[in-house]
Amino acid sequence: MLNYDLVVVGGGPAGMAAAIKARECGIDSILILERAESLGGILEQCIHTGFGLQYFGEQLSGPEYADRFIEQVNDMNIEYKTDTMVLDVTEDKTVYAVNKKDGLLEIKAKSVILAMGCRERPRGALNIAGTRASGIMTAGTAQKYVNIDGYMPGKKVVILGSGDIGLIMARRMTLEGAKVECVCELMPYSSGLTRNIVQCLDDFDIPLYLSTTVIDIHGKDRVTGVTIASVDENRQPIPGTERRIDCDTLLLSVGLIPENELTKNVGIGLDRVTNGAVVDEYRETDHEGIFACGNVLHVHDLVDFVTQESQIVGEGAARYIQGKKGEPAYITTKGVGAVRYIVPQKVNIKNEGDVKLFFRVGSTFKNATVKVSYDGNELISRKRPRLAPGEMENVTIKNDMLKGFAEGGVIEITVEA
Amino acid sequence: MNYDVAIIGAGVSGAFIARELSRYQLKIALLEKCNDLAMGTSKANSGIVHSGFDAIPGTLKAKLNVKGTALMPEVCKALSVPFKPIGSLLVAFCEEELKTLDTLKARGEANGVPGLEIYDKAKLHEVEPALNEDAVAALWAPSAGIVCPYELTIGAAENAVSNGVEFIRNFAVDAIDYDGNEFTVKSGDNSIKTRYIVNAAGVFCDEIAAMIGDNSIHTIARKGEYMLCDKSVGNTVKHTIFQCPNPMGKGVLVTQTVDGNLLIGPSAIDIEDKENTDTTSSTLASILETAKKSVPSLTTREVITSFAGLRAHLECDDFIIEKSKANDKFINVAGIESPGLSSAPAVGLYVADMIVSDCGAAEKSDFNPVREAPVRFRHLSNEERKALVEKNPAYGRIICRCETITEGEILDAIRAPAGARDVDGVKRRTRAGMGRCQGGFCGSKVVELLAKELGVDINEITKFGGESKILYERTK
Repeated sequence: MLNYDLVVVGGGPAGMAAAIKARECGIDSILILERAESLGGILEQCIHTGFGLQYFGEQLSGPEYADRFIEQVNDMNIEYKTDTMVLDVTEDKTVYAVNKKDGLLEIKAKSVILAMGCRERPRGALNIAGTRASGIMTAGTAQKYVNIDGYMPGKKVVILGSGDIGLIMARRMTLEGAKVECVCELMPYSSGLTRNIVQCLDDFDIPLYLSTTVIDIHGKDRVTGVTIASVDENRQPIPGTERRIDCDTLLLSVGLIPENELTKNVGIGLDRVTNGAVVDEYRETDHEGIFACGNVLHVHDLVDFVTQESQIVGEGAARYIQGKKGEPAYITTKGVGAVRYIVPQKVNIKNEGDVKLFFRVGSTFKNATVKVSYDGNELISRKRPRLAPGEMENVTIKNDMLKGFAEGGVIEITVEA
Repeated sequence: MNYDVAIIGAGVSGAFIARELSRYQLKIALLEKCNDLAMGTSKANSGIVHSGFDAIPGTLKAKLNVKGTALMPEVCKALSVPFKPIGSLLVAFCEEELKTLDTLKARGEANGVPGLEIYDKAKLHEVEPALNEDAVAALWAPSAGIVCPYELTIGAAENAVSNGVEFIRNFAVDAIDYDGNEFTVKSGDNSIKTRYIVNAAGVFCDEIAAMIGDNSIHTIARKGEYMLCDKSVGNTVKHTIFQCPNPMGKGVLVTQTVDGNLLIGPSAIDIEDKENTDTTSSTLASILETAKKSVPSLTTREVITSFAGLRAHLECDDFIIEKSKANDKFINVAGIESPGLSSAPAVGLYVADMIVSDCGAAEKSDFNPVREAPVRFRHLSNEERKALVEKNPAYGRIICRCETITEGEILDAIRAPAGARDVDGVKRRTRAGMGRCQGGFCGSKVVELLAKELGVDINEITKFGGESKILYERTK
């Protein structure tokens, strides 16, 4: 049995930033457990640039962004184990993990940070009809084959879903000599960042078909083509719009799902919209001393936001371990109308600083107003030129506002067109 | 090569025939056109061990089903294949269907099915709370159970290979000659010689039989589509839930699988193309609608994959297991649709008996009926895991995170008798890639392990043999 003050599950950008912050806050005994062969998480295969604009004020590639944190982890002598899979986390914060070198590990922690990231939604979840040929994979799997293994998974590609990884892979496959026929998006808008649509599709003349989906896959051994069709407002294919496109590969970029299997095993309450834990402003779950940050909590569009969120968690875990948490008095947050979710879902009104609320909208808006109200009284009203489901928004609740709230109250965020 | 018996088709029937014949001093080849075992009907069906009340008394289906089901628990134990005796409920929703329950109960009793009982509404909803309120009664069959159909096939075939059977993959039979004494079985430029042939080619039985001039078989490919749901809803029903049968088959069922998922299906549509296992969105939608009649809480939310399989249906609606009228050393095992899986252990005995009584082969002294249990890291206690990794560190590296499958288990699957040669083969033997991410993370690692073990480049590795390559050339 090993003993640590803090065990961080996941050594991607979230886990590393949280661990570094906790160390800065005075926690010496920290262990990061990472399932891959090295720290860095999914950033290691994201060799394109665009990372760090918000946080570092410069354009970095994924591995470069990760390296800045890996270096800090090393400089601070924060312990970590790679190629190590966490099998279970118990309610009393015992972590079971396994690797080749140490075998089965049993680790007792005072606090646990869950930073397992997310996975891509697979074909099966979409129920696309057709054959079971090879050549169908998620955009992220293709990204690993191309960027890490150095092999092309196809030459003539259709991409279903306009999530960021799909857009990035449209450009990447094109640069490697493949022909990307089109990107199909079921919704009338893309869930990807605008800059990715411009830089990855428009710049390469790759068509983006909105309100379009793949309804059939052809080919017995290897994919030989797909049938696409336009969809109506209920996302149902419109008869007569079917069109066959020859291709040898179908890449899927149809959503990311937080990997909360361990979280569920602990019995931590999850938010039905984010598919992540319900947390307070330090991202502490409903189980004392267990925190969550990064894409396991809710899917972020920029790693810069993951870093910022994880630093809050590192501080929160340190406060918990050092016994500074105190007795909280919570109010809850609630997204209304087009506001699909808010993180955190609850806020301790005794918190001594400002609290940022992150939220996502369910449809696109131009020149909209974001309004924050408390028990029916409007607190904040902000004009936004553009709101889109693909771009996370935030509003700050100033500490003096917080002081005026009473335990059990509700903060609502709405968007007015 | 010269063999005493060549079995064409490495599905569940072929595998059990091979295993039963391997008890005798015979040289046996198990020929398969695909890259792996269980690549046809045996990999895509309901996985139900039926009690045996469906078939008309006196038919081969009735006889072999009841016998096979009775043998199943013991056979599964010997082959280290999980079998769960969960029982089945055939549910009636109206007066008319109550009569069907009585008819099937009487039929089952005539077939020798043990323990059949009619449950009234109160009892039914007590034992299966998820059922639709409208369900009025059910036929309870305690001897029914569930098994993983490809795991059973792999278990039987591995055991056969351990007992001397030769498994020859990628051997698509395209011609058969007979010189009055021996058959020559050809596949492209390859050929083998054999004294007996067992035609266990599933939906292709008619084409194989026609190669010796036997045109008596007409296989109809009857497609069944399924939806498989996440383990989080695996316990929705406690037993296999049938609706009343219809002329196309046993109808849409809802069941747990032996691995703890929930399975909904199948449809039943006769098709022309015997390799068409496409799924169609309209059929999947109609399966769900039909299944909701049994269990209203079902949704598509938890569906992790869908698939289709083909039943080898014959117009006579019975199995044909007999010496061909064109050549009595050629045995047809045709029309093995449901309850073919349940019957497989009995089909194996039946066919082995036909051949042995004809050629008079003696039993081996060293036949071993036991297949050692593969390591299943996810089922072990922490103490067992600890000991295992100490012994072999490869069991300490998790490759498939969703299903907790280790590198050691994947290497075992590749190194096994008749082991995996492609990604789907690893998946069927270990469950790597069968979880919620469906191979998104572990797929590339499985490709690497296969390439390393087989000593080839990673772009040689296929999903399921043939042209199903996963990668093309190296990047620029």
